Amino acid sequence: MEKYTGKTVFNGIAIGRILYYAKEQEPIVRKRIEDTEVELLRYEQAKETAVKQLRELYEKALPEVGEVNAQIFEVHSMLLEDEDYNESVTNMIRSQKVNAEYAVTKAGEHFAEMFSNMDDAYFRGRAADMKDISERVTRILLGRENTGEMGTEPVIVAAEDLAPSETVKMDKSKLLGFVTRFGSINSHTAILARTMSIPALIGIEIKKEWDKKQAIIDGKEGIFYVDPDEATLLEYRKKKEKEEERKRLYQTLKGKETVTRSGKKVRLYANIGNVADLATVLLNDAEGIGLFRSEFLYLESKDYPTEEEQFQVYKRVAETMAGKKVIIRTLDIGADKQADYFGLEKEENPAMGFRAIRICLARPEIFKTQLRALFRASAYGTISIMYPMITSLEEVRQIRRLSMEARQELEAAGITVGQVEEGIMIETPAAALISDQLAKEVDFFSIGTNDLTQYTLAIDRQNPSLDEFYNAHHEAVLRMIHMVAQNAHAAGIWVGICGELGADMELTETFLEMGIDELSVSPGYILPIRKIILDAK
Amino acid sequence: MVTFQYTIKDAVGIHARPAGALVQEAKKYPASIMMKTEKGNADVKKLLAIMSLGIKQGEEITIEVSGEGEEAAATAIQEFLKANL
Repeated sequence: MEKYTGKTVFNGIAIGRILYYAKEQEPIVRKRIEDTEVELLRYEQAKETAVKQLRELYEKALPEVGEVNAQIFEVHSMLLEDEDYNESVTNMIRSQKVNAEYAVTKAGEHFAEMFSNMDDAYFRGRAADMKDISERVTRILLGRENTGEMGTEPVIVAAEDLAPSETVKMDKSKLLGFVTRFGSINSHTAILARTMSIPALIGIEIKKEWDKKQAIIDGKEGIFYVDPDEATLLEYRKKKEKEEERKRLYQTLKGKETVTRSGKKVRLYANIGNVADLATVLLNDAEGIGLFRSEFLYLESKDYPTEEEQFQVYKRVAETMAGKKVIIRTLDIGADKQADYFGLEKEENPAMGFRAIRICLARPEIFKTQLRALFRASAYGTISIMYPMITSLEEVRQIRRLSMEARQELEAAGITVGQVEEGIMIETPAAALISDQLAKEVDFFSIGTNDLTQYTLAIDRQNPSLDEFYNAHHEAVLRMIHMVAQNAHAAGIWVGICGELGADMELTETFLEMGIDELSVSPGYILPIRKIILDAK
Repeated sequence: MVTFQYTIKDAVGIHARPAGALVQEAKKYPASIMMKTEKGNADVKKLLAIMSLGIKQGEEITIEVSGEGEEAAATAIQEFLKANL
């Protein structure tokens, strides 16, 4: 048994035989041709086939990976039909009397080199696209279209690298998973693998002699086994079976509307803490993102993240969710989440200390950078902003003044800002008790039950010796949630729950009775909770 | 001839997807549509030509439209830029 570790692209288990996938590397030879008209016709026909294939790839990719990701194939077909590219090919065939394969390869190399020499990383990356489209046409010209044919048995594909078009083209029913040596976890191929939930690892030294050998991908741990022993195989078969069983049950609930038997609709959103979680959001069919914790931007950084850095992240989330609601919570550090560069002082009682919105209001320059990034990103999807740790009306008014300023500054600079709902978290007893007043100032409430419970019961969740006093279903907390819901509805705004209690399946029906409009839970809970709601009265 | 200026707002600049859509928009009009920038000029009906300029956020481009239906074409291109780039 051989064991290798790589980087996880998508977790999940795959067990099967390896198919070593090699790109045909036979060099394209330059040949002299006599009849240039025939050669031009060959090129035109091959190009037409290529455009048709790309159209099919786009159609195939669309339901699997979504519009934004699928558009790469549309761009490829537009590049193929570009006048300059075509002139470059046809001129070479005419003036140098060369075969179409050679002309296409040279034209591809020429434009790839042009992009490779550009200053900007984005444009340099387009060199790969020029090679990909030229290789497609030469494959058609050479009748090599069947490369990568996967046979009848499902396989684990092992390759040096995989192009997005290669990944999409593979027959998903025969593709158990893949391992590659090159590629990054944010490459197009990796994103496609995640959205299609294919177990995959990168950064593994691929060996040709692995072909047809038995292997296991453990996507969760990032381990790749070649020739696993019986015990390992048995262990993974069991794990895989459990995984499958759960999946089967919940798969049937995908795409279904979350609505009770009496017709009450509940919005079921996901909580996420990083861009990497987006794949699981789509995979579990969340109807939106109810809590996007923006802290990771600050915690994973050595200095304050810039407006541009933040904007790129928020934009990507908004675009990936393609119009579905994305609720982003502003900076919530302090207490147990610390970043050195903030220079926060050590506190006696951090849970009740200088944290979240208190830092933002004391240091408005940090806050406004984030607000500007959020408003800019709002032009690319449906973004809502949520403010944490609110205790007073005055805080909310101060926040709204700052957010109004940020919006107006952007609009004055001619930057498009979308429609943005602004809401607050109800996670202190103070906010719950004055929720009737707060409801008039904001667009929505989201109840953060973790802190609300800790503050209401005066029980520190980090202290295990208090566990026997802790009751997650304490009447005081439930009454508060009920009161917040009533006050929200009286003021005509919606109310959701984004704390751990939201995923507590014993309480789902109670929340429905209270009239909670939205539940935001970890992606893995979406389908189980949808099941409960579908079965509820 | 109709001329106007536009400053790119998109964070990645004139990247592949909107560039492709821009070309498709431009091809709807018979008029000649040119993009002039500090880095060089490109025919707006040619995708690779536009992309080869590598226009980034904050850079100013000048669009020159001339020929049949130039007014309508200029308006359409301006609207497109505002909405997508």
